[in-house]
Amino acid sequence: MNEVRIITGNEAAALAVKLARPGVIAAYPITPQTSLAEKLSEYVERGDLKAEYVRVESEHSSLTVCISASAVGARVFTATSSNGLLYMHEQLHWAAGSRLPVVMCCVNRGVGAPWSIFNDQQDSFSQRDTGWIQIYCRNNQEILDTIIQAYRIAEEVYLPVMVCYDGFILSHTMMPVEIPDTEMVEKFLPPYRPHTILSPDNPKTINPVFFPTRRKNSEGILCDGYMEMRYKLQAAFEKSREVIKTASKEWAELSGRNHGGMIWEYMTEDAELILTGMGSIATEATLAADVLRAEGIRAGVVGIRAYRPFPKEEVVQAFRKATAIAIFEKCISYGYEGGVCSDLKAAFYGTDIKAPIHDYIAGLGGRDVKTGEIVDAARATLETIRAGETDNKTVWLNCHTGG
Amino acid sequence: MHENIFKINEKEYILPGSRACQGCGLALAYRYILKALRENTIVAIPPSCLCVLHGLYPTTSTIVPALNTTFASNAASASGIVAGLNALNKTDMTVLALSGDGGTYDIGLQSLSGAAERNTDFIFACYDNEGYMNTGTQRSGATPMGAITTTTPILTKQEPKKDILKIMEAHNLPYLATVSPSYPADLYDKFVKAKRIRGTRYIHIDTPCPPGWGFPTKNTVKIGKLAVETGLFILFEIENGRFRFTGRSKTMAERGKLVPLVNYVERQERFKKMSIEQLGKFQSSVNSRWNECLKRAEG
Repeated sequence: MNEVRIITGNEAAALAVKLARPGVIAAYPITPQTSLAEKLSEYVERGDLKAEYVRVESEHSSLTVCISASAVGARVFTATSSNGLLYMHEQLHWAAGSRLPVVMCCVNRGVGAPWSIFNDQQDSFSQRDTGWIQIYCRNNQEILDTIIQAYRIAEEVYLPVMVCYDGFILSHTMMPVEIPDTEMVEKFLPPYRPHTILSPDNPKTINPVFFPTRRKNSEGILCDGYMEMRYKLQAAFEKSREVIKTASKEWAELSGRNHGGMIWEYMTEDAELILTGMGSIATEATLAADVLRAEGIRAGVVGIRAYRPFPKEEVVQAFRKATAIAIFEKCISYGYEGGVCSDLKAAFYGTDIKAPIHDYIAGLGGRDVKTGEIVDAARATLETIRAGETDNKTVWLNCHTGG
Repeated sequence: MHENIFKINEKEYILPGSRACQGCGLALAYRYILKALRENTIVAIPPSCLCVLHGLYPTTSTIVPALNTTFASNAASASGIVAGLNALNKTDMTVLALSGDGGTYDIGLQSLSGAAERNTDFIFACYDNEGYMNTGTQRSGATPMGAITTTTPILTKQEPKKDILKIMEAHNLPYLATVSPSYPADLYDKFVKAKRIRGTRYIHIDTPCPPGWGFPTKNTVKIGKLAVETGLFILFEIENGRFRFTGRSKTMAERGKLVPLVNYVERQERFKKMSIEQLGKFQSSVNSRWNECLKRAEG
């Protein structure tokens, strides 16, 4: 029987990992990931989860342990936040290039300098181009369900998956979460079957030096060069869109919960004003949409669930009727604009979507984003656009930007 | 202790035509390491001369399962292999992480120390060619004082070599040993022994490098022997804290005398700028370390 418990996001994540039955866990402590790593240690020491737990000396090593354990055929898990994720950067590329189905949680936190232990999404956003699938969760139930889905996705397309959720706002906030039973998860997620393993039975040198050109093997067969390997990585991402959607759908059939595949939508059907974002800020935007609707403004919300692969077709479909777009995002590409904003604009290019886009950079370093602030910002966006303003702009929400 | 040399595993795990340089001390050592460890061995490889030796995709000169990883992470990679094998109940394997001196003394030290502190069940072997030889002979923490490298081209390295053996010994390992490819039977025996011990085992390999050190390729074995005969590189093992000389160093300790260091130094281009003063310092550091070991062997 499924049980409902009131738990934090980190505990929801730990329960999901336990249900996914990894053989190897490696983690290094960093706020706000810590209570997840602690909970998993407890499961392992108590014997509730039969896994090798490697208490490494750094994040660089925690991901390395996962990569190498995965290379010998074990299902693996790690988790981190902020500078821990940045310290993994080299290994993030290595995991993706190795085409290993590593699953990790990034408990989103602002990055130094200066230090902040509080939430934003600059950590995972800045690792966007490392070849990992990134899925952002909006509540604790979605964290649990997404981690289970992440293993299905990773093991089907041989790509690593980063499940991202907001530090403190979700990681340390209690919410009711339905815990699926073991049988349901086992049905959805069979044991991992690797396509290649590192073994003396078939000695191989894995990830050796590649040359720019394709080269022949000892039997005279022309094999991939570096570029072909990279193309295959990209091709796996293209394939992953359907896999992400299928995983979401099949999990919904079993559990009754559908968090959306690539995106989720809230009252977008007739919306003239669409608010969008990733993670908990998008949840906050749904409350703002309710307030705006009460004022007679036809507002809706699109939540970007999968950020990589980017849901280009889904967003074009979801935004096609909007006349005004307000993005609320907790990250920025310095020297340009918010990452979600750039990607949406690129997806809209050449389509009929001509609505002006206002990009609100919000909540950096844990600055609270209140529903009222989203309401005011979104209303201002709609009013300026109704008044005939057509320019796109970037606004720092609730930030003292003047003299 | 020596197993009879005729008992050395006849199987070859490195095929002819590796990409190692002519006269490579690593290639010589690696051949005997793999013979000693036999089948059911997995090797963790950082970017280094060893990575090059293994060949360019899709061909390799080795018959051994090997996993390349990043420079800083070789001991962590081995930890992951060990953890993965344990999770899959494959417990009859030997995991060897083989790094150069850069991957041991410098960029790899953190992950090595972490894995050793956890007493991870693996062998970490350092092939010490005293510099970043794969990238073209840059200075490392293992480069000796007075050596020319491409990043100390005019003034030579001013600081002495880091004492990695003391650092590793401070981790209280079940087994720590030094080997030289110039003494393959001693090398072979120590790897055979290490294979039978559980926990973190550390083996240090003196690895003469003809292009990096500047000596003719035919002299690799000779230079390796001189390193031992001058007392610069001492063959020993420490098992559960107990130190003992082995091989040539053992006979030298019993009745021999050290060959003057100048015989080693003058045969290598890298030392051509070494001053008399530097040579004197170098010789006295060798003497004092040798005496330290003599005392330790008695005690």
